[in-house]
Formats: sequence, structure tokens, C-alpha cells
Amino acid sequence: MVRSRNTAATQTRKAAEHAVAEVLTPDVLLGWYSTMVLVRTLDERAWLLNRQGKAAILASSQGHEATQMGAVWAAVRYSPSLAIFPFYRGLATAIATGITPTEALLSILAKAGDPASGGRQFPLHGAVMTPKLKVINISNVVATQIPHAVGYALGCRMSGDPTVTMTTFGDGATSEGDWHEGMNYAGIYKLPVVFICENNGVAISVPQRKQMAIVNVADRAAGYGMPGVVVDGTDVMAVYEVVGEAVRRAVRGEGPTFIEAKVVRLLPHTSDDDDRRYRTPEELEDMKRRDPLKKFKEHLMEQGILTAQLDEQAHKEAKEHVDRATEAAEAAPFPDTGDFYDHVYASE
Amino acid sequence: MAVKSVIEAVREAMFEEMKRDPNVFIMGEDVGKRGGVFLATRGLIEEFGEERVIDTPLAESSIAGIALGAAMQGRRPIAEIQFADFIWPAVNQIIGEAARVRYGTKGVLHVPMVVRCPYGGGVRGGLFHSQSPEAYFAHTPGLKVVCPSTPYDAKGLLKAAIRDEDPVVFFEHKRTYRLVRGEVPDEEYVLPIGVADIKRAGSDITCISYGLMVHYCLEAAEMLAKEGVNVEVLDLRTVRPLDKEAILESVRKTSRVLIVHEDNRTGGLGAEVAAIIAEEAFGHLDAPITRVTGPDVPAMPFSPPLEDFFMPNPEKIAAGLRRVASY
Ligand SMILES: Cc1ncc(C[n+]2csc(CCOP(=O)(O)OP(=O)(O)O)c2C)c(N)n1
Repeated sequence: MVRSRNTAATQTRKAAEHAVAEVLTPDVLLGWYSTMVLVRTLDERAWLLNRQGKAAILASSQGHEATQMGAVWAAVRYSPSLAIFPFYRGLATAIATGITPTEALLSILAKAGDPASGGRQFPLHGAVMTPKLKVINISNVVATQIPHAVGYALGCRMSGDPTVTMTTFGDGATSEGDWHEGMNYAGIYKLPVVFICENNGVAISVPQRKQMAIVNVADRAAGYGMPGVVVDGTDVMAVYEVVGEAVRRAVRGEGPTFIEAKVVRLLPHTSDDDDRRYRTPEELEDMKRRDPLKKFKEHLMEQGILTAQLDEQAHKEAKEHVDRATEAAEAAPFPDTGDFYDHVYASE
Repeated sequence: MAVKSVIEAVREAMFEEMKRDPNVFIMGEDVGKRGGVFLATRGLIEEFGEERVIDTPLAESSIAGIALGAAMQGRRPIAEIQFADFIWPAVNQIIGEAARVRYGTKGVLHVPMVVRCPYGGGVRGGLFHSQSPEAYFAHTPGLKVVCPSTPYDAKGLLKAAIRDEDPVVFFEHKRTYRLVRGEVPDEEYVLPIGVADIKRAGSDITCISYGLMVHYCLEAAEMLAKEGVNVEVLDLRTVRPLDKEAILESVRKTSRVLIVHEDNRTGGLGAEVAAIIAEEAFGHLDAPITRVTGPDVPAMPFSPPLEDFFMPNPEKIAAGLRRVASY
């Protein structure tokens, strides 16, 4: 196997070493846990709505939650303002940015009230723009968002905007030319971008060994002159720490960072996929042991932060919240066709 | 004869050609164990092994470019682009390069490759799983572009595409995959590329289309039949090269034309077909050449009412036919 000489830049972090531990008070951690429970409950509900024929398509974030949420929370905490270019598997990313379960379900059910595209796009695709936090997801075409993120960061630099840009994608995405070209550009100009690869080891059915000749995607970062960090993406605190560091690096003007978060994809690729064709029951069992929600719960219980009672309460509240959201989203209207031709060009 | 679906016909064509010619191989995303996301290649890796059914990295430019390289070396690659919407990174290799190899080497090299891709909407696929990009490719000399509508045509034309000495982009309408079933002969057959087919004979209007829309045109033709208008449905089957003679012959017979495609209107195949008719059969026309097409918005939206608004359907086509009939 060929290994780049700069592999030393690739660092492996353990949940144990927490430079930012002081912000992670028991209350904060409990809040995170409840939100992760909420996202899981919402994700399961969305899957059910698909099986009932109400939601056309879903890409679940089950197994990716710790990375998606830890990354957004850290980036929001350590940047003056943030622009995120996520990929399609980003329900947990969306909720961490403040999208409500009702808004998410409006989007999933393609209703007029979908905050990202008013039902024009797949769930959560489009743009949600606020002054401090922008979430831009133009398409579900793999890796196209990488150059978008880099160009956005270039624009920020040109205009003196201190925003940090973050983009998320899978391991498969790192095969695309767009990915390499975007990384290269960010490396040359030391742009303030945080690249987060949510590596679940497969791209639909294609295993990582058929995707690249290396074990750690992060090794690719060296070729673009930026640090590549490997983190256990099922450990929300570890993700929070490395992303926090990467964002502060970007703020200090030290350039981009590539983070490879090793995660698990607990469900099929999308609601259209049947992973029994290419994954064994043993593999799936193995992955369930790395379920980020389960791991976080065990950790918090060991630390005496979470009790069985608090856990039950979190689940009960999540279910009630998602029930209310489902009811509201199901009752909401579909878009009408009155503005079908709007926004092809700037209007006169 | 057995009744088969379009997807079964596509799979059989590849299976038979791989059995017949050891130079034929498949490459694409998820074509191996997964059998392709639409199961077009199901069972092929089990039959032919990983060397001839290659799960590629997620990189369309390389799928097309590596297929092109192997084709110049004498292999017969079938490159699968998972959805037509993802073909754009490969356009440089297909339009920019493959189409120009024979011309640019004065015939020293050529590219016997097939690029297969599922296209089209009506599947709740939204902006990025519904596109119909055939016109971009049909514009390019050096490429052949096939858009079959039935299992019989899909099988016979895909076999022809695999045997063709030039690059063929083979568009399979994903909505037809399981929806459209039809008889497919048990014995071997190959259909010629570049030959249209009359799917319904008629004398009053020529309705010209390809892909899924052919079926909607046939439904619309039945509606018009009840109103006493006898519609001929001409299935182009190949959109480059166009079967000019078949188009002109039908128009000379009926003197009225409706062209239907799902792709948006401006610069679509309908424009080329209309220009051919205007240039070569103008004197035969009794009514303006008319089009029913997808609207000129950048792509098909996701939400059901928006998608339905975009898609041509039998009712919209019937309305178009009535306009042409009553002119
Ligand atoms: C350019 C492009 N090619 C193919 C696809 C179809 N597709 C969607 S997701 C996917 C796999 C992506 O895998 P990875 O990047 O590892 O992310 P994951 O879905 O595993 O989270 C493929 C092939 C696409 N959307 N865009």
C-alpha cells in the first residue's frame, strides 16, 4: 500500500483528551443527549412516513448523528458566523442548526412550508439563510458542494466577511474530481474551510476498499497541504473537540482542515435501497454496537450524568414533540403551481 | 415469446452480449453485488465475476474516460451512469473526447463504448433524479443516442449499441423500467440504430415522440380515436441519427404534426424534428407543427403538484392533438 510521507499530519484523537472539556458541563451534555434522541425519533418517524407512502425518499442520518451534531455545535460555538454546505444525509445537521422537527417534516413531506425550497427539492435541499448561520445545499449530486464551499470562503475573504465555511460529505464523495479540485484550491489559498468527511465505509453498496487504496481518507489531506485528522465520529464529544479546533484554526487565518469522522450507516443508503443485497446481518449487528446514541447514553450513565428516569423523559418528550410535528406537517398544504415559473431568472 | 419488463430486457441484452463476446464488460457505481440501483445488472457479477462487472469509485468522469481508454484498446465497455442527472462530470469525456476520437485520428482509433443511463421523471425524483439530457448529446456529431420505449426495442437496440463501432449513449427512461411490459422473442435479435418505428398507424395526425412519452402518446391517440381522429404514433427510438425518411413519410401522409417530449422545450429534440419537417415537407403541412413538452424551467421539481405540472401526460397530449386536428 502506498502511503503519503505526510501521514504524520494525520492525528488520531480519543474521546479522552478534551481541550474544550470545560464547556461541556453536565447540563450541556444532557441537552445534547435530548436533542440526539429527538433527531433519532424524528428520523424513525420520517422512515415510517416513507413506508406509509407519504414521504417519497429519505436518506437517514442514523449512525451519523454524533458527527453531524457535534460538528455544527462546535462550529457555531467557535466561529463568528458560519456557512454550512452539507450533503443529503443531513437531518441531524439540520436539527443542530436550529431547523425544527415541524420544518424538517414539512420538507420531508414536500409541503409548501418546507423552509429550504418550498417543496421544489428533495428534503432539506435548498437554502436556509440567517445572518449568522447559512445552510446551503444546492443539489444532491455528490461532491458538487465542495467547490461551492471553497468559493464561498473565497468570497468571504474577498469581502472581509469573517464567516467560517464548513462542508460535509461521505467517503465516496472523495473520489469525485470536484472534491479534489476544491480541496486543492482551499489548500493553495489557505481558505477558512472545514471539510468533514462522514466515513461510513460504504457508498451505497461500494465498500471503501473499492473506492480508494488507503485506509484513512484523511491521508488525502496531506496532498492538498492541509492537516488531516481522524476522529471517532460516533463520539460526539470527540467530534466537538476536533471541529472546534479546526474552526478556531480557520478563524486565526491558518487555513483549511480536513476531518475524517469514522461513523456507521445504520440503515440502507436511502429508503429506496435494500442493503441486504450487499451487507451481512453480522455486519449490521456489528455496526449497531457503534450506534452513537447508544454510546453517548452509556457514557453519560457511567458518568452519573444521565439516569434511567431522565432517559425515559427524553424519549417521552421527543415522541410528543415528533407527534405534534407530524400532525402539523401532515395537515399543511402542498405547494401550488402559481409560482411555478418564478425564479428561473431575476424578475424584472 | 415471453412478456418482460424494460429492466429485464436491458439485463438480458447485457447478459447475452457478455456471453457472446468476452471483450464486453460493465463498469459503474453499485453495478456489482447491489446489481445497480435499478437492478439492471442483477446477477451479472455472479455470472461474470468482478473483473467484468466492475464497481467503480464514485467518479463519473473517470467512468466514462476509463471506458473510453479501454475501448480504444479494443474492449467493449458498457459504462453505467447511475442517473442521467449525474452524467455532467462525464460530459467532457463523452462529448468532449469520445465523440471526436475517430474524426481526430482519421479513423486510426475509434470508441466502441456504450454509456447507459436511466433518465426521465415522473418518479418523485426532484431536480436531480428526473432530468432528460438527451438533447445535449444528440447535438454532437460522432455520438449515437438511443432512447427506447419498450422492452423489445430496449433489448434489440442495446445489443446493437454494444456491437456498434462508435460511442452510443443509451438512455433508458426509468419510469418505463417496471411500468412497461411487452413481448420479447426468445430467439436472438438485434435492431438497427437510427430506425424509427410506427407504434400506431393512423392517417390524420403524426404524433412523434420517444421514451416514456410514446406510451402517453398512444393513450392520447386512443382518446382522439373516440373523437374520430386517427393518430399515427411514430417512435423515434434513436434521437441521433434521426430517421428522417420515417418522419417525412408519415408527415406526407397525415399533413399534421405534434411532437412530444418530456425534456424542456427550447432547443429540445422537437426543435430539430420540426426543422427537418419545415425544410423538407413544408408543402405537405395543413397545420403548424406543434409541440407538447416539459416547460422551460431548470429541472423537474419534487413536490407532487409541481412534478405533475411539469410532466406531459395523456391529457395534455390529447389537448395538443385536438389543437392540431382542428386547425
Ligand atoms: C455525482 C453523483 N453520482 C452518483 C450519485 C448517486 N449517489 C448518491 S449517494 C451515493 C453514494 C455516496 O456515498 P458517500 O459519499 O460515501 O456518502 P454516504 O451516502 O455513504 O453517506 C451515490 C453513488 C450522486 N448523487 N451524484
